[in-house]
Amino acid sequence: MSVTTHQLEVSIWRGGAGGGEFERFGVPAQVNQTVLDVVSWVQQNTDPTLTYRYACRVGMCGSCAMMVNGEPRWTCRTHVSKVTKDNRLEIAPLRNLPVIKDLVTDMDPFFDKWVAAESVHHPSMTRRDPIKPVATDSLARLVANDGIECINCAVCYSACDTVAGNDAYFGPAALNRAWTLYNDEKDAGQQDILDAVSGEGGCHNCHSQGGCSHYCPNELNPMDAIAGLKRATVKNWLRGK
Amino acid sequence: MLTFRLYMLQRITALIMAPLVIGHIAVMIFAVQGGLSAAEILGRTQGSLWWAIFYGTFALAVSIHAAIGLRTIAFEMAALKDGALDFLSWAVFVLFAALGLGAVFAVTA
Repeated sequence: MSVTTHQLEVSIWRGGAGGGEFERFGVPAQVNQTVLDVVSWVQQNTDPTLTYRYACRVGMCGSCAMMVNGEPRWTCRTHVSKVTKDNRLEIAPLRNLPVIKDLVTDMDPFFDKWVAAESVHHPSMTRRDPIKPVATDSLARLVANDGIECINCAVCYSACDTVAGNDAYFGPAALNRAWTLYNDEKDAGQQDILDAVSGEGGCHNCHSQGGCSHYCPNELNPMDAIAGLKRATVKNWLRGK
Repeated sequence: MLTFRLYMLQRITALIMAPLVIGHIAVMIFAVQGGLSAAEILGRTQGSLWWAIFYGTFALAVSIHAAIGLRTIAFEMAALKDGALDFLSWAVFVLFAALGLGAVFAVTA
């Protein structure tokens, strides 16, 4: 990569569960550079104690999401040139999740809520049954297909103001997953899903602000999935279930 | 926090309010166009069971709808929880219902 002469002014949040503060670093700017490259440069060249999380570096694993200049981003696919403001980058751990250390958040609440929302597979057959082909052109399958590319990065969860104000709320990712399973003809837990998303943390808490859909790096539309769950719960109620 | 029951209550009361608001505005425009005085309007509403049901239903729907909405705001913005949240919700409902139904009674009784 070609190196330019100027330095980026980078503030990185340092600390743990008990609190912390931003620490400033100078990082050589490069023509082609992602936010994850910047964090890695600091860890490899300035402070090896800087803690952050990443794995694939190509937008597949969903592990490197952070707050970049106040907005949730997948850092491995976010080019510095697109997000710097006055040559400055402020990098912080994801919002709405407990911090473990520096840029690493505890993802347990995020995934616990997936389970609470019944966003788990409910088998409809056993391994001894013959494989049943999925009707790829059915409306339910097409609806499910719209939401299945979620990489569990928690960018939507971090962007959600309802999560910020409501600890119990499952959040966009868990509800998006519940919606794809609700429309999956091989999932047998439709009623379980509707019961789960009708409770205290369920889909009815969503105010349709759309932060999730705006920030989803895979351009999914969790807000639309949540609206689908709301409609499904109302139809279910009208059917007397 | 906003369970299915509260969600449906808020949507159903919104559905009830929508035609009543349109009816209210239409009647107001009609009354103003026709040049009715306050005394003439009261002459039509007092003793009218129909107007009492019309505005009584509206006042109750508003009370339920607003109480649930303010409950959500109090929970998310002011971190009010449990008993305090329930108390606020019921207090808003009772206050709005008392004010609304009191006004309806005053012009239809």
